Amino acid sequence: MVFDSSAFFETLFSSTFLIPALTTLGITFVAMALAIMLGFGGALAALSRYRGLRWLAQGYLGFFRGVPVLVQIVFWYNALPVLTDNAINLPALIAGTIALGLNEGAYMTEIIRSGLISVDPGQREAARALGMTKAKAMRRIVMPQALKVIIPPTGNQFIAMLKTTSLLFAIAVPEIFSTGTNIYSQNFKYFEVLFVVSIWYLALTALLTGLQKLIERRFVIRPRRNTPILAQEHG
Amino acid sequence: MPLVEINNVHKRFGELEVLKGVSLDVEAGEVVVLLGASGSGKTTLLRCINHLETIHDGEIKVAGELVGYTRGKDGKLREEKDAITSAKRARIGMVFQRFNLFAHLTVLENVTEAPVQVLRVPLAEARSRALDLLASVGLKDKAGYYPHELSGGQQQRVAIARALAMEPRLMLFDEPTSALDPELVGEVLETMRRLAASGMTMIVVTHEMSFAREVADRVIMMADGQVIEEGPPAQLFSAPSHPRTKAFLARIL
Repeated sequence: MVFDSSAFFETLFSSTFLIPALTTLGITFVAMALAIMLGFGGALAALSRYRGLRWLAQGYLGFFRGVPVLVQIVFWYNALPVLTDNAINLPALIAGTIALGLNEGAYMTEIIRSGLISVDPGQREAARALGMTKAKAMRRIVMPQALKVIIPPTGNQFIAMLKTTSLLFAIAVPEIFSTGTNIYSQNFKYFEVLFVVSIWYLALTALLTGLQKLIERRFVIRPRRNTPILAQEHG
Repeated sequence: MPLVEINNVHKRFGELEVLKGVSLDVEAGEVVVLLGASGSGKTTLLRCINHLETIHDGEIKVAGELVGYTRGKDGKLREEKDAITSAKRARIGMVFQRFNLFAHLTVLENVTEAPVQVLRVPLAEARSRALDLLASVGLKDKAGYYPHELSGGQQQRVAIARALAMEPRLMLFDEPTSALDPELVGEVLETMRRLAASGMTMIVVTHEMSFAREVADRVIMMADGQVIEEGPPAQLFSAPSHPRTKAFLARIL
């Protein structure tokens, strides 16, 4: 095989991938935001004292984790319009983002649930005994500690999601990979184009990894005690 | 009017009835120690007083008010709104066997959290009061530490300061020294002794007989979900009348 370096560099430095890269990032963030919201709801339902809510959470988890995400993507874009007699006919970008978010929500449910149960229930009880409402005990006592458990795997899921967006090429969403397929189907430079596509994904992954480090430094690492500040304040 | 009125309270866990019609009044300023073998229902009774546990029959009033329930027109008890129960709980302090300090907050923050968040006390005021309370339990110099940096006895004293920061009219102690190494028990009991001397109303579940003997105004002996005997400690310890009290004391003393 001959590596066509001029085709490689031309593709690498062309602005063709700029908008698709932003599209990929946008889908990733919106789908993850949806997933995190669903995950909170799912985790609270899974831990609820009401059996009906627990079943609902189990059903959601079982279904969305059990069906391949590609099947779900095609369902939202192609099958839903047929099913609803065109009453619901979503643009590919929206259908794809919803499919990814709903699927990811199942994983986030498990991650957030494990974060919530990692906090010693005695602390929640102490908060309640001090007169905090359930909501306040959750917000002030349980959640800050649960976040330390929730954030690291969520960063992982973010990066996985970034790469999973490439499946949306199946419904022709103009993200990075489908842009690549469009190019190599015309010039047949499969390797050079996929190389460029990979570089874009690596760059975005590096970006998210950096972001993850920043967030973890802020929330996950145990803060050092601030005796000196206190001493200043109170003599 | 007694500060705490417990009237014919029944409580079940599934099929198991752990409280079988308990009645007990506690006057303001009184220190009452609940004794009994494990499984006698004393901890459950304590947890029913601030509605950490529901009850199935009877009623519990603190300062004349039901906690956790409202009485409907039909005379039946109904669960009351979380916010209302929470506001009543705010005036009932509780100290747990396992301390249950907030692990993500410093000692000072543990003490200021509820006054600021629940009672809306300004932070500066809550802090200065918290430091006074920490000084009174001998831990002012630990204000900036995290709970995991303290010994069990220190943690429990912080937990007592945390409860006192809400200016409770009643303090509940659930085996406050059972999870402590023997050499740390004394400092916690000493703190509780001083609290009792200050006139605080206290209901204490404990196996510390010396504390019961010296500090309690009244000792309540429970067995199988019922109060079987009660009286001043001198009388109950020297001349127990119920055979199960005798057996219990013989085992523990």
